[in-house]
Amino acid sequence: MGRRAGAPEVNAGSMADIAFLLLIFFLVTTTIETDAGLDRMLPPIEPPETDVIIKQKNIFQVSINKNNQLLADEELTDLKDLRTKAMAFLDNNGDGSCTFCKGKKDSDSSDNPTKAIISLKNDRETKYSTYITVQNELVGAYNDLRNREAMRLYNRPFVDLEADYLNPETDDDLKDELKDKVKRIQEMFPQKLSEAETSSN
Amino acid sequence: MSKFAKKKSGELPAVSTASLPDIVFMLLFFFMTVTVMKDSSLKVENNLPSASEIKKLEKKDRVITIYVGKPTPEYAKVFGSESKIQLNDKFADPADVGDFILMERAKKSQDLQNVLTTSLKVDKNASMGIISDIKEELRKVNALKVNYTTVSGDAFTNLQ
Repeated sequence: MGRRAGAPEVNAGSMADIAFLLLIFFLVTTTIETDAGLDRMLPPIEPPETDVIIKQKNIFQVSINKNNQLLADEELTDLKDLRTKAMAFLDNNGDGSCTFCKGKKDSDSSDNPTKAIISLKNDRETKYSTYITVQNELVGAYNDLRNREAMRLYNRPFVDLEADYLNPETDDDLKDELKDKVKRIQEMFPQKLSEAETSSN
Repeated sequence: MSKFAKKKSGELPAVSTASLPDIVFMLLFFFMTVTVMKDSSLKVENNLPSASEIKKLEKKDRVITIYVGKPTPEYAKVFGSESKIQLNDKFADPADVGDFILMERAKKSQDLQNVLTTSLKVDKNASMGIISDIKEELRKVNALKVNYTTVSGDAFTNLQ
């Protein structure tokens, strides 16, 4: 009679235990959050072939000393004012060739946004957190200006457009459309942030 | 009569646990798919600074991570309390960064090798000297795309 009844049923009671064990293992090893940070491009090591002469007024010099003090355009500046200063410099439009700028057209400041360069210099003793804050403010200055133009042209902030463009889940048609918009805004305010070699004293 | 009597005398029926494995498996699969294994344990202090203008680092297979910070107390006796670089799970000198990048780059598939980003996870209290040395090394091996990895938040909290 035992044979006729077929194979006995396997006891699946411990299945839950095994699954729990695996579950706990994966729970412990999981890191869900994605990292985020400030993207920067380093300058290539080979020097440019032709020395481009840049007018002094087109350079916005930012230096941080070892006591984490900030010198912006040869004036001791508070970190909180850096963003407004950088924005005023980028948006200045000294030669009047920039149609969308709202700057003061000061002849001692930058000619137009495509010529304006921000140069960042730091000391070896500068604290990393200060450096990141300065970087953040400078990138913020560019983003604020780009947002302003994107709001005017497309009624959406630039950071939104860019985030959608970089998001891998956005579909391709939309991406092509966004690409043109993002490119256009980026060309209005090209990010020219140069990092000079660190001074050692 | 006897039918009803029988039912009344019975105890509370046990809750069926037959679907418990299914539920657990569902959770299991969720965590299996979202898991990224930690590839190295941290030997340095790593309190990242905060910043607000950040971009997400999508696609973890395109990222090479370099940690910088003071050695944790258990390593501080041997390695001192100066900021150190951690590559994979070893302490390293700035001079080793170039080789490390080249090695990591060689491990990636051909089509990813040109789009790699170097993520610098640097402790708040590190000084810029060591970062400049790393940047110099990165330039030498043409790994120009860097990401100063931060936590999102108000950048001015860094200064306190």
